[in-house]
Amino acid sequence: MANGEKRLSMLHLILFFIFAAVCIGGAINLLVQKHPINSALSLIVVMGSLALLYLLLGAEFVAAVQVIVYAGAVMVLFVFTIMLLNAGAEERTAKGSRVAIMLGVPGLIIGLGIVAAVVSRMTGLDRIAIGGPSGAEAFGAPRPLAHLLFRDFLLPFEVTSILILIAIMGAVVLARREE
Amino acid sequence: MVPLSYYLILSAVLFACGVAGFLIKRNIITIFMSIELMLNAVNLTFVAFAAQLKQLDGQVFVFFVMVVAAAEAAVGLAIIISVFRTRETLNVDRVNLLKL
Repeated sequence: MANGEKRLSMLHLILFFIFAAVCIGGAINLLVQKHPINSALSLIVVMGSLALLYLLLGAEFVAAVQVIVYAGAVMVLFVFTIMLLNAGAEERTAKGSRVAIMLGVPGLIIGLGIVAAVVSRMTGLDRIAIGGPSGAEAFGAPRPLAHLLFRDFLLPFEVTSILILIAIMGAVVLARREE
Repeated sequence: MVPLSYYLILSAVLFACGVAGFLIKRNIITIFMSIELMLNAVNLTFVAFAAQLKQLDGQVFVFFVMVVAAAEAAVGLAIIISVFRTRETLNVDRVNLLKL
């Protein structure tokens, strides 16, 4: 029994490392690529592997919504805009970039130093393990989430529907061609 | 079992990639995609803490973040289209005036 649980948690760890590597690789590819359509496709890879990480965490509904809304709807919107505007490879403008390098490189070093300091101090967090084999099932299933969303968070839910309505109208008004 | 800190480190790395893309990219669409990457990194933190604390509130927040991100993407891309119509460029260095 204990042996099986141990093997399952080992599998969790291996899957986490695979999808985390895919995630980080996609994010770095987004930075490196010059053409926006390649960046968009690598962002889809990041979102897909994030959905799989959500599944590892037991958040089934969030994983499904991540694939449908993010990797589906939002990225289709991005790809359509790139194709509609016929966006080509990025052109370099030297003037702004020099300031960015002068300020960005020290900023990056300081930021990495802070992250390294926090990580090296974070020994207590290492003992907290999540996504365990027991109790993870049906934790983020649609039914308990719907209970929470439509009972405790009903007012924010309705407000978001108004927000979406305003966003639709705003998008239509902004993208309309001037007569 | 995966330690919580691994998820937080992954989220921090993704967020840092988003910030770097926001700063170094000159194409307005790629900058917009970097913002989406940052939102996704924050979502991963929400879900990781929801799983750790065994409370679903974090996942509900992820839902709201997704709604806001979708609205933001729709309006932002509409603004990008309208900027491209008047200026014929997607380079943010060439879009430095509010008025044409």
